[in-house]
Amino acid sequence: MFDNRPTFEPTGPLQERWKKHLFDLSLIAPQNRAKHKIIVVGTGLAGASLCATLGEMGYHVNSFCFQDSPRRAHSIAAQGGINAAKNYQNDGDSVWRLFYDTIKGGDFRARESNVYRLAELSVNIIDQAVAQGVPFAREYSGYLANRSFGGAQVSRTFYARGQTGQQLLLGAYQAMSRQIAAGTVKHHSRSEMLELIKIDGKARGIVVRDLVSGEINSHIADCVVLCTGGYGNAFYLSTNAKGCNTSATWRAHKHGAYFANPSFIQIHPTCIPQSGESQSKLTLMSESLRNDGRIWAPKNSQDCSKNPSDIAAADRDYFLERLYPAFANLVPRDIASRALKNICDDGNGVGVKIHGQRRGVYLDFADAINNLGEDKIREKYGNLFEMYQRITGDNPYKTPMKIYPAVHYTMGGLWVDYNLMTSIDGLFAGGEANFSDHGANRLGASALMQGLADGYFILPQTVASYLAQGKFAKVDDKHPAVIEALNAVKTRLERLQNAPKPKHSPDYFHQQLGKILWESCGMSRKGAILKQAIKQIDALQIQFWQHIKITGIDAELNQTLERAGRVADFIELGRLMCADALDREESCGCHARTEHLSKDGEAQRNDEEFAYVSAWESGDKNAILHKEFLAFEFIQPTIRNYK
Amino acid sequence: MNFTLHIWRQKNQRSNGDFKTYELENVSSDSSFLEMLDQLNEKLLIQGEDCIVFDYDCREGICGACSLVINGYPHGKQQRTTTCQLYMREYTDETELWIEPWRADAFPVLKDLTVDRSAFDKIIQSGGFVSVHTGSAADANTVLINKDCADDAFNSATCIGCGACVAACPNTSASLFVAAKINHLLQLPQGKIESKTRAQKMSKAMFNEGFGVCSNHRHCEAECPKSISVSNITQMNKLIGWS
Repeated sequence: MFDNRPTFEPTGPLQERWKKHLFDLSLIAPQNRAKHKIIVVGTGLAGASLCATLGEMGYHVNSFCFQDSPRRAHSIAAQGGINAAKNYQNDGDSVWRLFYDTIKGGDFRARESNVYRLAELSVNIIDQAVAQGVPFAREYSGYLANRSFGGAQVSRTFYARGQTGQQLLLGAYQAMSRQIAAGTVKHHSRSEMLELIKIDGKARGIVVRDLVSGEINSHIADCVVLCTGGYGNAFYLSTNAKGCNTSATWRAHKHGAYFANPSFIQIHPTCIPQSGESQSKLTLMSESLRNDGRIWAPKNSQDCSKNPSDIAAADRDYFLERLYPAFANLVPRDIASRALKNICDDGNGVGVKIHGQRRGVYLDFADAINNLGEDKIREKYGNLFEMYQRITGDNPYKTPMKIYPAVHYTMGGLWVDYNLMTSIDGLFAGGEANFSDHGANRLGASALMQGLADGYFILPQTVASYLAQGKFAKVDDKHPAVIEALNAVKTRLERLQNAPKPKHSPDYFHQQLGKILWESCGMSRKGAILKQAIKQIDALQIQFWQHIKITGIDAELNQTLERAGRVADFIELGRLMCADALDREESCGCHARTEHLSKDGEAQRNDEEFAYVSAWESGDKNAILHKEFLAFEFIQPTIRNYK
Repeated sequence: MNFTLHIWRQKNQRSNGDFKTYELENVSSDSSFLEMLDQLNEKLLIQGEDCIVFDYDCREGICGACSLVINGYPHGKQQRTTTCQLYMREYTDETELWIEPWRADAFPVLKDLTVDRSAFDKIIQSGGFVSVHTGSAADANTVLINKDCADDAFNSATCIGCGACVAACPNTSASLFVAAKINHLLQLPQGKIESKTRAQKMSKAMFNEGFGVCSNHRHCEAECPKSISVSNITQMNKLIGWS
């Protein structure tokens, strides 16, 4: 279904596709596996689980992460849970239902074959994690507990208090550690991939900077897998960790890997608002808070600076309850986020002014405390309330919380086929780094599921098959392509450190980029504003290379230099995000194009013209768009309606 | 808020370090401790000076990257809190802050406030896992686990591997870190089978990496941002036969 290249697509009954494909994949005999070297970049859920599994199979794995330990990858911060179609609660769940919910939740912009496989593998993930000693929540009977999450009508979410990501990552990290001890995995911490090495059209290695010594080295292998996470930090302020970056995926894109759906970004409604312009990141609070909290803003803008307790009940606008009486405060993330932003854009927000606008609304537990008692609320949300108080200094038992949406997850990423291979032979992408399964909107508790499905179950099989089918000429570090890649990295580092008129820090430029993207490529988009944003980003890029200022030297730990390189890549990606958003003349998933809303403000998807994956090929100035049209054989696309 | 900051500066692992004093003005009380350091670094950069290196990543208290001993306390004065979740409003009564890296032979300083904690990874590699291959697991509900055991295991498993326990300990022992992992896996039937050899291997690795012994000062528990209890160490000692 691609317009310019043949792509493998599974056929036949949906339930049989992955099983059949597994049988069709080529194998490598155990005694031959150690002859193959595989590079894995990133050690979050996808990367760590992949390293562990490939190591157990007997391959020779080299892994890399920029953090000081694989255990610190940002998967660790996922709070809510992980979905699996176990139907332990006998409430009508099934693989088919999880598949259906995920396709529908993604607003019909994901592939049926991939999503069905994800739903199918979800059950194995839970088994594997439990066997590793992941301490999921349990009932008094000793059975696993489940909860309903993110508006799902079944209880299919497994969780470990509010630290599910931490526990799953530690499980994968420990399994990987076991392989490091066994000698199958050789791991490099504090090592950042800065270039891809491509030989005869195939990904054959990477160039890495040792962040402690500053040394630049090449690493050669038979294939390369990127599990390097998402690019939400392009917005500067997001719920991502500070180090999250696009550099690995962007380097791959520059070498010919298509970047798919870059404008598909999830914005989470319940984050702690920004407290000042020097703030470095935003903190997410679990959206479970919306189960008991009521969201409101002052009806009159002159009340916005008042203490909330001084605003009379009649002067409060419970806008989600007013706009969406059926789902009220529990409408999906995208609907809630957009409504919140509109209220603040109209001048009815609360809290401190940022760039002249109050960006926050109240999330009020007064009614819940009256009805259920403070103890009950403490039992349910105690840790979240404590975290909120620690960060803001306000006591949410006494005064309403303030919330505002923040960038949280990127559905877009490197384009991959059913084997999770990018458009470069031998270059694979897993987890948030690929675009594969969430369409235009990710459901709650699905990110952990996808990362682990890719790492434990899909990539080990498809990577092996690629290795079995290929012949890999011996390459040493004298190969012209290796030297060229090393030189490209060195030239770039020199350029970063020798701007003609050094004046501003990397953060200065990053903040500018974030502001442009938030205003143009956030929850609601408009053609004219996106066009203007592209011009602004072009200008920012010129400014960046003129004025970037870095102190210290590159032959030692230099965090300013690291940040500058990442910001340079974010600027280029930001431009592509806007170009993609501009192309997509429909309101879909997380994103509203203001030109494509119904009279009452509802999103208007356009399946006739836009039921495709945008796969962008790097070009000289403008990227080239390839369209992968999506066919829906099993589920008829329907309109989401939460009125 | 205005502060006088005495910050440990050290070029690399081989050189000697020293405190250097900086004045920082107009710090917002709503800034986190690390944002205060960001503000100082921004100022240093504009002045053309080398920025202060310190570890951080998630800035929401879970990745375990941030460290810093502040006026003598690992992760600062607020209990049960990582440095990234510490806010300057906690320091309204202090204007002079001494900021140092973790101090332990097993955690050599790499630069300024950043230390090498790979010794913790090596301890986990020595046995901090259940030896199960991907794909060999039975259905998750075939093995039932007592809820109290599962909750206990979780409490031990919340360790973020930051190393504050080591920084707080007069002996620079990693006992709390090691015991938390041993006890996490000991509480679960899946991890029980290997528990004794695991404990032996991990405690041996701890000594090999240069950490000290536990002599019950209990500073680790007081400074642990995740409130991991020293009763984990008791469990470990029982299992190995040290008590």
